[in-house]
Amino acid sequence: MVKVLIDGREHECEEGMTVLQACEQAGVEIPRFCYHDRLSIAGNCRMCLVKISPGPPKPQASCALPIGEGMKITTDSPSLRSARKGVMEFLLINHPLDCPICDQGGECDLQDQALAYGFDRSRFAENKRATGEKFMGPLVKTVMTRCIHCTRCVRFANEVAGVDTIGMLGRGEDVEITTLEQTLDSELSGNVIDLCPVGALTAKPSAFRARSWEVEKTDSIDVMDAIGSNIRIDSKQGRVLRILPRLHEEVNEEWISDKARFSCDGLTRQRLDQPYIRKEGKLVPVPWQEALTLVATKTKQARARCAAIAGNQCDVESLYALKKLLEGQGSQMFDARQGGAQFDPALRNGYLFNTTFARVAESDALLIVGANPREDAPTLNARLRQAWLHGSLKHVFGIGASCDLTYPCIWLDDKPQRLVKLAGGKDGVFETLSQAKRPMLIVGYDALERNDGKEIWHLCGVIAEKASMVQEGWNGFNMLHRNASSVGACEIGFNRGLEGIQPLLVAMVQGDVDVAFVMEADDFDLESLKRCFTVYIGHHGERTAAQADVILPSAAYTEKDGTWINTEGRVQQGFAAVSPPGAAQAAWRILRALAEELGEPPAWNDLQGLRTSLVQEHPDLGTLDRPLSAAWQSLGKAGVLREDAIVAKRDNYYMTCPISRASETMSACTRARRALRSSAMTHAA
Amino acid sequence: MVQPMPATSSASFSFRGAFAERAKKELAKYPEGRKQSAVLALLDLAQRQNGKTNCVTDAAMATVASMLDMPRMRLEEIASFYTMIHRKPVGKYHLQCCMTTPCMLRGSDDLLPLIEKTLGIRNTETSPDGRFTLSKVECLGACANAPVVQINDDLYEDLTRDDMETLLAQLKKGDLTKNMPKAGSQRGRRGAEPQG
Amino acid sequence: MLKDKDRIFTNLYGQAGVDLPSSKKRGIWDRTAVLVKKGRAKIVEEVKASGLRGRGGAGFPTGLKWSFMPEHSPLPVYLVVNADESEPGTCKDRDMIRFDPHRLLEGCLLSGVAIGAHHAYIYIRGEFVREAEVLEHAIEEAYKAGLLGKNAAKSGYDFDLYLHRGAGAYICGEETALLESLEGKKGQPRLKPPFPAACGLYGCPTTVNNVETIAVVPTILRRGAAWFSSFGRENNHGTKVFSISGHVNSPCNVEEVMSIPLKDLIEKHAGGVRGGWQNLLAVIPGGSSVPLLPRTLCETALMDYSSLQELNSGLGTGAVIVMDRSTDIVRAIARIAHFYKHESCGQCTPCREGTGWMWRVLERMAEGRAEVAEIELLLQVSKQVEGHTICALGDAAAWPIQGLIRHFRSNIVKRIEARQLAERQPVAAQ
Repeated sequence: MVKVLIDGREHECEEGMTVLQACEQAGVEIPRFCYHDRLSIAGNCRMCLVKISPGPPKPQASCALPIGEGMKITTDSPSLRSARKGVMEFLLINHPLDCPICDQGGECDLQDQALAYGFDRSRFAENKRATGEKFMGPLVKTVMTRCIHCTRCVRFANEVAGVDTIGMLGRGEDVEITTLEQTLDSELSGNVIDLCPVGALTAKPSAFRARSWEVEKTDSIDVMDAIGSNIRIDSKQGRVLRILPRLHEEVNEEWISDKARFSCDGLTRQRLDQPYIRKEGKLVPVPWQEALTLVATKTKQARARCAAIAGNQCDVESLYALKKLLEGQGSQMFDARQGGAQFDPALRNGYLFNTTFARVAESDALLIVGANPREDAPTLNARLRQAWLHGSLKHVFGIGASCDLTYPCIWLDDKPQRLVKLAGGKDGVFETLSQAKRPMLIVGYDALERNDGKEIWHLCGVIAEKASMVQEGWNGFNMLHRNASSVGACEIGFNRGLEGIQPLLVAMVQGDVDVAFVMEADDFDLESLKRCFTVYIGHHGERTAAQADVILPSAAYTEKDGTWINTEGRVQQGFAAVSPPGAAQAAWRILRALAEELGEPPAWNDLQGLRTSLVQEHPDLGTLDRPLSAAWQSLGKAGVLREDAIVAKRDNYYMTCPISRASETMSACTRARRALRSSAMTHAA
Repeated sequence: MVQPMPATSSASFSFRGAFAERAKKELAKYPEGRKQSAVLALLDLAQRQNGKTNCVTDAAMATVASMLDMPRMRLEEIASFYTMIHRKPVGKYHLQCCMTTPCMLRGSDDLLPLIEKTLGIRNTETSPDGRFTLSKVECLGACANAPVVQINDDLYEDLTRDDMETLLAQLKKGDLTKNMPKAGSQRGRRGAEPQG
Repeated sequence: MLKDKDRIFTNLYGQAGVDLPSSKKRGIWDRTAVLVKKGRAKIVEEVKASGLRGRGGAGFPTGLKWSFMPEHSPLPVYLVVNADESEPGTCKDRDMIRFDPHRLLEGCLLSGVAIGAHHAYIYIRGEFVREAEVLEHAIEEAYKAGLLGKNAAKSGYDFDLYLHRGAGAYICGEETALLESLEGKKGQPRLKPPFPAACGLYGCPTTVNNVETIAVVPTILRRGAAWFSSFGRENNHGTKVFSISGHVNSPCNVEEVMSIPLKDLIEKHAGGVRGGWQNLLAVIPGGSSVPLLPRTLCETALMDYSSLQELNSGLGTGAVIVMDRSTDIVRAIARIAHFYKHESCGQCTPCREGTGWMWRVLERMAEGRAEVAEIELLLQVSKQVEGHTICALGDAAAWPIQGLIRHFRSNIVKRIEARQLAERQPVAAQ
């Protein structure tokens, strides 16, 4: 520990901290523009000047200065204030006075600091500089004349996102932040909007929709992947305007993916806002009561011949309510693995991201099996990239469809047979993994959503065991789920059996299912539903709704209070930001009403009651925000592997669920990326 | 919405002959893993090899980027930072007239209009025939021999208006790349010794 | 006056040959091994005792700088020679390189020994194409003769030397910008600490020295610290190559003793001020970044660090820019302001925004298109830049302007008033 004197008060801080960090810790705020916790230090804005004694007579940039024992730091004095005022004036002379038409207004660092350090008039009599706009794709809008050249966006792109197409050209007063006039090739590009301290980079999709002080801010959890990114939903007049990240050091730090941030316009399109019943082949709107009565009648007739398939974004409460309903009929036919993933949902150590996100930085060797962390979990991928950049993560191997992860990865093979060789332990790669201090493995859905998924899963377990990935104080076996609902479904027993959804679909095809409840699921083989009376509980009029017999409109994630468990096993809750459209209701409410209609009302009447009952049955879910854990057990049994390659099942990152598929922004991103990739191809050719 | 390919990207670029040898020599100057250090040298060689327009083409940028394992953007940053790296065509004779105070004191303000008038081009412009480019530049580091004008690789020093006129007349006459007017002091000095 | 026998740069004017045999005739590479074998500590001690201060502008004691280098480094250690001579008024390194390259090379070896470096780079400004050719050739000669490379000059010391060309950026003369540029990046100065002695080229311990500093080292070691320190006043020892440009009858480079009176330097070596001493308006005594001196102060000024500092100016690179009474002094300084605007790297706020602002105000003042109150504004802006930037370019941009206002405020006022009067007159006539 190092002792320093900050403005006359003694403060103890850890060695290696910068003066700015030490001051921050001591509760002394230092103004800054270029400095950012998670980016390399640039020291270029010169706003954070402090005086150090003993030291040079000149003030020093506190963001770049390491603390030293006995340092006396002065953060406020007439000369420092005048130095900062000077810097402020320089930043403003060429900055346009266009705050009234700037989207950053109200959440602009420059505006805020100008209040403290700005003059009330300009002394600059020369012409102001103007800069041409730059193209950054469908998400980021630029007004480069406002740029103050802090280079946060350049550093973010280079360091975090792994995109090297943003830079600062020229020199002197002519420097310009520039792109190569192409879409930013990143799933995290929207974060530059938050990073930009001024209005140079703003959000294109929500441009000019609202002022920051007009919006209602609601905390929630993102459901576009299984990371459980903490988000803030900004809404105005019952409409979601934009989604921003909330800081959570252990989950998403302060980033979110572009899909999490920008697919919210899909929440207002193709929505199901009232119940429908198919009459004479056509879906006809009906009152709730009529729909519920019909479903109840059919359910009573079917009893145990009911089945349920749940989708990728369902909250734990709705899954629980659906499970209870089915069990009430004597049915055990339900599953949430609509993509066909195979693994044992009763073996917690086998379906969690055991290492936890915060600790991936400790790993020195990684084996990826059938996953694309960059698209499956962009914020996790940013952590892996950081680990590689800082030199801790030295080896990355991949088995499956090769892809650009933004850090080097040796793609060994795309055939699952390569795993057998690895598990045999006679292999150079195995040597590297087993000799690493903290080796880890990430198995993803490209490998699991196959007929031999459970065999691959088993082999991954064997490799983890043999390469001592599971050791005292370290569990390097990780399943990277793609879906926000997956771990919740496992935890409450909604997922059943090693085979996943497969037996259920077979039962449907064979005519063993009379009534099929499909809750927010549109991504499985709908042919299987042909012989069933299909009840669709969902929020978007997509594939399943089109062939359902009854539609019960439900609330999307922004419209309900709900619980989600991320791939680490972290239980988190989100809150409703807006009301569901029309007659739509949260799915658990619909299911409760249906149970009532069946004459079998559950003990609980409201969300609180539901949660109490849920936690009684699954006590682990009562603790929020702490990853679940489990002692290691071997995973499944060996079986026959298929010969075919592990391929990428998703070909478009941007449109993977009913919400993102309905989003015009995501559709624009899809087009932009295709254009980018095809032009890269022609260039390469 | 596929963007049209830049016109120059169809042509490929590689260092040839003496330029390739020189590039190899430059790369050898730096330790293992530090080949990026050779970036200025390679860009300079690339524009020298491109005798047509004396600038670094997109194709050359791409080649150098891959030779040095550098992102294209870093290379563009560098090309835009250093005044001697040209991304736009430069004439066969690049006249760089020093305008900084020591040269100003000794008459560079007279030389510039003379060059402009004689060649019919102004600062940063290239003559339509592609033979001449004029640049106003900052201190060329020959202040005791001011005023100076750099033509391609050579400094022309101690210039008077008459010297400049003669020099321009010679340049306009024909192809002098092999036989340029004598560089250095136009007053017969070897270096910066006091005269008289 | 420096006697011929005490000259270090005996071929400053190119009167003799540049090649290795000619250089050897001048005593260069003469029993260098003996000097090398003095060993690291002795060499540093000798240079410390000689009082040699860095000749690149800042004047930091060379021996002291060398002693900051780690005694034992697990990483390679680098010597980097700053030949990015671009400070307006300065043209000394150019002639040392083109006429006496071997003196520099020998200095590199000995300085390398002093800091424990086995690798050195000479960073030469890109515009010096011919000078780079001469140097490259000299390095080849030295390698062939066994003076560089393994067992350099049969001293038992391995020493490799490479030439690296810049490509047009004054800022690369700033030592950390130079290192960035040498690493193949934009020449943007680094934040300090860490200093190059701890973390320099490729993150390794590095010393950056000016050409002249390095080139005088062999002679100091041959003739002894006492000989070198016998020139000049306390804290200002040795000989120095001065560049004299501008309104003198005979502009030149000349090697003289430190602390020579400015007036002597101009009159005895540069043929005097054009039109006589009385015709002198002002002198910039140390390259464009130091404040000018009006004639009255030039009378007594000595060409050394202390004297010029007392006069609120500086020795800088020892480049004397002389301006006679015909000079438009506001324009002359505006031109310097333009230089710094053009050469600012654009990285940090005060320099990026301030240099352009100052230049524009000065440019208007030169034409009288300004208000008198703007003189104070200009001074304030220069103070807002000074001391607040990452590197010293901000200071260098501010000082000449502060010097102008300090000594020639009335000239600016007069010009503004004259313009205002001229603009009012037609109105009055109507």
